[in-house]
Amino acid sequence: MEITLQVNGKARTVDVDPRISLLDLLRERLGLIGAKKGCDHGQCGACTVLLDGRRALSCLALAVAVEGRAVTTVEGLASGDDLHPLQAAFIEHDAFQCGYCTPGQLCSAAGMLDEPGPSAVTEDLRTDPGLTPDEIRERMSGNLCRCGAYVNIVSAISEVAR
Amino acid sequence: MNRIEGRVKVTGLATYAAEYPVEGLVHAFPVQSQIAKGRIRQVDAAQALAMPGVLAVLSSEDPPELAAAASGELALFQSREVAYRGQLVAAVVADTLDNARAAAAAVRVGYDPDDHDVSLRADHPGLYKPDTVNPGLPTDTEKGDVEAGLAAAATVVEVTYATPVLHNNPMEPHAAIACWDDEGRLLVYDTAQGTTWSRDILARVLGLPADRVRVVSRHVGGGFGSKGTPRPQAVLAALAARAVGRPVKAVLTRQQMFDVTGYRTPTIQRLRLGADAEGRLTALEHVAYEQSSTLEEFAEQTATPTRIMYATPALRTAHRLVRLDVATPSWMRAPGEAPGMYALESAMDELAYAAGMDPIELRVVNEPDTEPHSGLPYSSRDLVGCLREGARRFEWERRDPAPGVRRDGEWLVGTGVAASTYPARRRPSRARAVRREDGDYLVQVAAADIGTGARTALTTIAAGALGVDPDQVHVELGDSDLPAAPVAGGSMGTASWGSAVVRACEELKSDGREGVADTTEEIEGDAQFARHAFGAQFAEVRVSSVTGEVRVSRLLGVFAAGHIIDPQLARSQFIGGMTMGMGMALMEETLTDEEFGGFLRRDLAQYHVPACADVRDVEAVWLDERDVELNPMGSKGIGEIGIVGTAAAIGNAVFHATGHRLRELPITPAKILMSRF
Amino acid sequence: MKTFDYARADSAAEAVRDHAPGTMYLGGGTNLVDLMRLGVAEPDRLVDVSRLPLDRIEQAGDRVRIGATVRNSDLAADPGIRARYPMLARAVLTGASGQVRNVATVAGNLLQRTRCAYFQDVTRPCNKRRPGSGCPAIAGDHTNLAIMGASEACVATHPSDMAVALTALGAEVHVTGTGGDRVIPMPGLHRLPGDEPERDTVLEPGELIVAVELPPPPPGAMVYRKVRERASFAFALVSIAAALDVGADGTVAGCRIALGGLAHVPWRAERAEQALLGGPATGEAFLRAAEAELEQASPLPRNAYKVPLTRNLIVSTLEGLAS
Ligand SMILES: Cc1cc2nc3c(=O)[nH]c(=O)nc-3n(C[C@H](O)[C@H](O)[C@H](O)COP(=O)(O)OP(=O)(O)OC[C@H]3O[C@@H](n4cnc5c(N)ncnc54)[C@H](O)[C@@H]3O)c2cc1C
Ligand code: SF4
Ligand code: FES
Ligand code: FES
Repeated sequence: MEITLQVNGKARTVDVDPRISLLDLLRERLGLIGAKKGCDHGQCGACTVLLDGRRALSCLALAVAVEGRAVTTVEGLASGDDLHPLQAAFIEHDAFQCGYCTPGQLCSAAGMLDEPGPSAVTEDLRTDPGLTPDEIRERMSGNLCRCGAYVNIVSAISEVAR
Repeated sequence: MNRIEGRVKVTGLATYAAEYPVEGLVHAFPVQSQIAKGRIRQVDAAQALAMPGVLAVLSSEDPPELAAAASGELALFQSREVAYRGQLVAAVVADTLDNARAAAAAVRVGYDPDDHDVSLRADHPGLYKPDTVNPGLPTDTEKGDVEAGLAAAATVVEVTYATPVLHNNPMEPHAAIACWDDEGRLLVYDTAQGTTWSRDILARVLGLPADRVRVVSRHVGGGFGSKGTPRPQAVLAALAARAVGRPVKAVLTRQQMFDVTGYRTPTIQRLRLGADAEGRLTALEHVAYEQSSTLEEFAEQTATPTRIMYATPALRTAHRLVRLDVATPSWMRAPGEAPGMYALESAMDELAYAAGMDPIELRVVNEPDTEPHSGLPYSSRDLVGCLREGARRFEWERRDPAPGVRRDGEWLVGTGVAASTYPARRRPSRARAVRREDGDYLVQVAAADIGTGARTALTTIAAGALGVDPDQVHVELGDSDLPAAPVAGGSMGTASWGSAVVRACEELKSDGREGVADTTEEIEGDAQFARHAFGAQFAEVRVSSVTGEVRVSRLLGVFAAGHIIDPQLARSQFIGGMTMGMGMALMEETLTDEEFGGFLRRDLAQYHVPACADVRDVEAVWLDERDVELNPMGSKGIGEIGIVGTAAAIGNAVFHATGHRLRELPITPAKILMSRF
Repeated sequence: MKTFDYARADSAAEAVRDHAPGTMYLGGGTNLVDLMRLGVAEPDRLVDVSRLPLDRIEQAGDRVRIGATVRNSDLAADPGIRARYPMLARAVLTGASGQVRNVATVAGNLLQRTRCAYFQDVTRPCNKRRPGSGCPAIAGDHTNLAIMGASEACVATHPSDMAVALTALGAEVHVTGTGGDRVIPMPGLHRLPGDEPERDTVLEPGELIVAVELPPPPPGAMVYRKVRERASFAFALVSIAAALDVGADGTVAGCRIALGGLAHVPWRAERAEQALLGGPATGEAFLRAAEAELEQASPLPRNAYKVPLTRNLIVSTLEGLAS
């Protein structure tokens, strides 16, 4: 099937097998290795990208099903040589070790900063809580980091959320 | 200094093994055994071969040629015998991953199964005494008379602790791309913690001279031991590439990683401790029961930390192993120390309660002058300093030792402490340093950066040795064509590579143009010392009296680990290890499937590792140590000690909170509820 | 993954028309694609319903109609849901991760399949996946599986959090199919395993969920609480959705309790509700009610902990609501 999608602002038209995931399309066909495959089953967050600006898992998205959508990968976060504030904060706070979860953490955080509403740890669900460390921890829990960089990830995101 | 590769990592440009753009690449996908023991009758690949895009099927029907030296987990498709469920028995090579995977599901394997035995028991008739335990240590040690010491003791603690199968689960799955050139040379992009060793082993397995194999691993997405030796995917990629005459990529799925990339052996550990009225140990015995596969002997050094921790007139340690129809266990962060110290430090806490002593004071009164089993002097040891500093920060003196009495609503609150330790070793390494034409310095060593920050640490070390700005130093690593170096493992990486880098830089400084170093002789000449890092872990937990949920509200690690080369990297390493220790304490567990063999919970939705929400207040600090007996940097390894003792500190805190001593990890709500009601 | 055809439906009617044996509807795909990759689901054809114009949350009189393709995160962020049905918002927010919730649909969430390890592994037997092959979970790992309403054929649990809240709220599921439209009350969508564990729900092949309707919220306070050993991004060991209305005289005027992680269905604790109605709102009464419910429990060795856990959870949740 031939599909067209916007990838980091550019229209890409590709002929795909309906089985291919958006993640494999990015990594194997479009040369965008930023989105990582950690589990291929929605359980780790390493493949997180922004779909029409919202964070989503590219491993559980069939490429054919995201036809016409705008995909932003970690490669598309920076503007030219200027890092996205989250990218800069991750470096400053040493918010990664092996770096394999990092693109997913960054895309997830970028999406999370714009998400409205409460989280599972918000006391009063009618309020929109600020991004306290507890709120960030809960909202970022879909991104596993086996190196255990969470402490620094939370401080990096806190700095940007402020 | 921030991580040198920080920018490429946050922009998604860092290239991991599976990500090299190679022309004409095709994909291999394994077929795994569905029995735990027996023989493969036949492999019927007809249907698979007829599927779209399929190029070849590899299996023991037509064993691909490997060297006679190939054995164990890497001797792919050589034998019809099945050693465990999940073992690779065939593989499909196809143009796309989806085609390869679909065809792999269509390969029909017929078996003649035998009865399997996959359960570790302390009374297993197959238990035996291996010749040595890793890494070449004595299996048993005995000093003094344990029975007499116990008989004379005022307080005796006899306990059995158990730890489950644990999986390293680095975020990056094991992957390899193999390319053969026209001259029969092999290039493998692999997920390797050490390219030199990886190259040597691959060459041996494939029957090639080492100089015809090159392994490249510029960025590695974590390994924690599981990438310390080549795993089957590297051999598979090489064989498949040879079979189809094209470069082949083999990436394991997360589920396959559970089966074929190693795991921490489950342990059953029996401890007997005796103490006199002042709390001084009169006897200490630690016996560990563990498993290995029928393919290879892997004997984890679980009881060895007990040999070096506390002064006692009678000390006995022993290891017994049983070979089961399971995959071969392997290294996982602090192999031996992590489960062993969990048991020892939990038992010490039990002893403190039994003797009516403060657990810190108990450890202090048992501080040895020399290493207990060997009598060697310590190059440095500051466990007491760590305990005291931690106690100060944790306001330990205000702690009421009574268990099960602090409540905050439904939550029971408790604190616990445990000691940690890890050997400070180094291995021979080579390195090269040259002055480039632009005046900057190039430092080459086949080290690996698996997330430890090796590039950054080696840059700091080289800049220090050269007396230049770090900006002028460029470190190249992750390639077996570089000067040979040991793996990133055993917390030896930085000490080993750094020693060679310092020597190469020293030579460059006197030579002006180039310096090459090989530290083999230097290390052979090292004086006899007991070299270990030490630490103290403090945990505060909250245990729900309603649900049995355990939340760690605070973790503090205080470490004495020699000179800290880079505080930012060190803090990340310590905290990362402690975070993994929290997982070990509270959630990590792979189940062995007694009925069918193999493992259950083979994914990240079932094998839980800590998530961001679990990690609240975790801090690591250190005491500065000057130790000239280690290496030119005066450093001790820091990659593993962070996980050692964490689980015991948390378990001890759970006891303090609830009054219940749970002696089997992980400490889950199920176990808490069943012990309480 | 087996090859399949892919088509996107523009209307519910078209989707239903497009359905044939071997066809499956694709919502967000967060469960279906997962199961297809495992080889557990092997559709010949996918009809993508995720872009159907069913993505609105609308007030209809005193009821709220939630379109089938409303994303889980949009449901939880909806001000009306947060204010009037907080147990639902909380239940959704405790499920999966932000990334999954952004994509997962209401219908897909209701129809997600069990997380039983054997079900997810095509190399092992499982009655639900391969009828008649056996249920290894009963003798093997059933730590997270059912203690209520299970059968000898299957002890699986339904994993959804949202469904537990919808069950407590008495929601209605609106479906359309070749046989016309119908409304299925909750509880009632999911079924106990009996000797047909391959059937999770009462839906007929080809039936499409178009909406979920909420009746007005029950009076009194309501909550959702989920128990898990990992603090987030984990399925429930047990969860509870409860609402309690205590009259001026201190007796229970109304009460809703639904439990997750206990059964093949989101479990409405009717016996406990009955035991409480009209009686005192005291800890003792709550305990008796919990025990009345748990009389039906038939735990297995590894999941026996769910009995005290559920008992404690009911008592403590109701105590919290009463105060
Ligand atoms: C790692 C992970 C953790 C998770 N944790 C939780 C958790 O803690 N709690 C929880 O509740 N859930 C959890 N989930 C499950 C998640 O909530 C579901 O996957 C999701 O809600 C399914 O929605 P979907 O739209 O993606 O469904 P899909 O995957 O698209 O579909 C699921 C099923 O519904 C059918 N279907 C879809 N739409 C319709 C329709 N309109 N009419 C009829 N049939 C339809 C499909 O054919 C399929 O059978 C988790 C998922 C993952 C991957
Ligand atoms: S409990 Fe149900 S889903 Fe699990 S193995 Fe048994 S039959 Fe299959
Ligand atoms: S790879 Fe997509 S969530 Fe793990
Ligand atoms: S940095 Fe290695 S997994 Fe997060």
